[in-house]
Amino acid sequence: MGSLPVRSATSERLSSLRRSAANHLVTTLAILSTVVVLVPLVAILGYLIYKGASSLNLAFFTHVPAPVGQPGGGMANAIVGSGVILGLASLLGIPVGIGAGVYLAEYGQGRLFGNIIRFTADVLNGVPSIVMGMAAYALIVAKQQHFSAFAGGIALAIMMVPTITRTTEEMLATVPHAVREAALGLGIPKWRTVISVSLRTASPGIITGCMLAFARVAGETAPLLFTAFGNQFWSFNLNQPIAALPLQIFVYAVSPYDEWHRLAWAGALVLIAMIMISVTLVRIFANRGALKGGH
Amino acid sequence: MRLKFTVYSHGFNKVAWENAERVPMNKPGSIQLPQTVLSERTQAAEPVVEAIKPPSIVRSFLQSKSSGKVADGTFWGLMIVCALSIFLIVLLILSVLVVNSKLSIHTFGWKFFTSSSWDPNSGDFGALPFIWGTVVSSLLAVCMAVPLALCVSIFLLEICPLWLRGPIAFLTELLAAIPSVIYGLWAIFILVPIMRDNVGPVLQKYLGWTGFFGGSNFGVGMLTASVILAIMIFPVISSISRDVMKAVPIHQREAALALGATRWEMIRMSVLRNARIGIVGSVILGLGRALGETMAVTMVIGNHPDISKSLFAPATTLASVIANEFSEATGDLYLSALIEIGLALFLVTIVVNGIARLLVWAVTRGNTARAA
Repeated sequence: MGSLPVRSATSERLSSLRRSAANHLVTTLAILSTVVVLVPLVAILGYLIYKGASSLNLAFFTHVPAPVGQPGGGMANAIVGSGVILGLASLLGIPVGIGAGVYLAEYGQGRLFGNIIRFTADVLNGVPSIVMGMAAYALIVAKQQHFSAFAGGIALAIMMVPTITRTTEEMLATVPHAVREAALGLGIPKWRTVISVSLRTASPGIITGCMLAFARVAGETAPLLFTAFGNQFWSFNLNQPIAALPLQIFVYAVSPYDEWHRLAWAGALVLIAMIMISVTLVRIFANRGALKGGH
Repeated sequence: MRLKFTVYSHGFNKVAWENAERVPMNKPGSIQLPQTVLSERTQAAEPVVEAIKPPSIVRSFLQSKSSGKVADGTFWGLMIVCALSIFLIVLLILSVLVVNSKLSIHTFGWKFFTSSSWDPNSGDFGALPFIWGTVVSSLLAVCMAVPLALCVSIFLLEICPLWLRGPIAFLTELLAAIPSVIYGLWAIFILVPIMRDNVGPVLQKYLGWTGFFGGSNFGVGMLTASVILAIMIFPVISSISRDVMKAVPIHQREAALALGATRWEMIRMSVLRNARIGIVGSVILGLGRALGETMAVTMVIGNHPDISKSLFAPATTLASVIANEFSEATGDLYLSALIEIGLALFLVTIVVNGIARLLVWAVTRGNTARAA
């Protein structure tokens, strides 16, 4: 082997100094940037709670929006409308998403078709929400000649599917093969094995995935702009335009009126709270159900 | 040999019992027992002798097949329909956008993407200002978010004490859970005044000579939109690059440290080097998110279809022009021009996300530690 280059003691010292300086510099940078990132988060949440809480009152939950220039009014119809649209989206999106996830995990492992579906789901996940709204508009609203809650629900359902599919697949992949084999070995048909063994074992994770998807679409505004469209009054008809909380926040935020700005902050706080509460509630229920159901 | 344990079940089905006797024992799927055994196994063990009501038509049909073949087939069919529907949804969106933008595609051709006039009154449409706005705001956002996200990922994985890792990771994930419209609301009332009164003048004073920070600064414009975009895509880049870095085997790190590397040298040589493809993937995913982001950008970018060198100037993006004008568009050509913009956005994000996913998969696939 060739001889190593001989280095003087001073250059050795310098190099070690330089190396440790670089090390300290990067450590400091990393810590600093973490602090920098946490600042907007705290600022957003803090300001939201401060402004929202000071603008909330009972009327917000019981009244429909007041006409321009009149004080008061609330978003009761928007809260209910959001619930209707999200309920519809969950009803359509969750079964399809779970079904596709089951296919990928239980039937499509290592197959070309499975890989194509997996890739498509990932790509669909990145499609901008406004394009979903546009597609739902062209498919449903343009055909029917009027905006509808139904079109909004479909747009959101499509956005839920890929997230649910991928988490369902990942969760099912964590179920040990021995458990499945035990069930099949007892002579249980495959479909029954999937439902009663695989899905049940993975259910907490799958429910979490569904809640993630739900939380993601709950705040979506863009797909609703030209599907659900918004409504100043009460509406429970799926075939009619319906109000939604994120839409209402958007309209009020870009308006020039202080009273509406106040309501927008209150709406934002309620929206975040609704998302958090529904996610927590379902988790508690799911945990209890899993404990009861598990033998 | 007879199957003795069946008779302990409560809901003992005589027909099933006789079927079970007839089938050969070496076909595991053909035995009828487990359904009753499983559901009734907690019941007291007493043989039931009285006659049971006759099975329904469906049930006897299923039993005549002597196994769950039909049910299995149906179940498989249902699942594959669900899986196929994902594929069909993408095709459906694509076809519906193509069909509805046909008019604009025929009228303008490729000139649509190079012309910068947007005049609904005279029916002259070109998407260049929107493409410019989208590209510049997204790239700026990525430039701001990537260094921060990488630093935070390194901090969380390699430097942070273990007890602090969970809370900070949770907080950064929380950023991803805030709806776009709330970012927009916050940006209108907090970020815009800050950019107008504090950040803007400083930039103008020290960097005004570059020409990027010239003109009047209203607080609403390209720069503000990029900042809010950077905040929004940070969690995406950070969480995925963290996953990718986590996938680097621990002995790579140990080897570097054992050779006398400092912590930074270890991170640079073993972590970043091994994870670089996945990190690039995470950055592109962030870019994809920024390209399609609508509400927050629409609320602060100013919505003015102009190509300006100054970052203070108001601009428009592909997504925000759709959000602003789609429901008010009159005339078929106007509508179809907007849908063509949507189609372009759809195709671009599909390509960007496809590339990013492939890069991330290349690193994390086969890494069982992540799934467990």
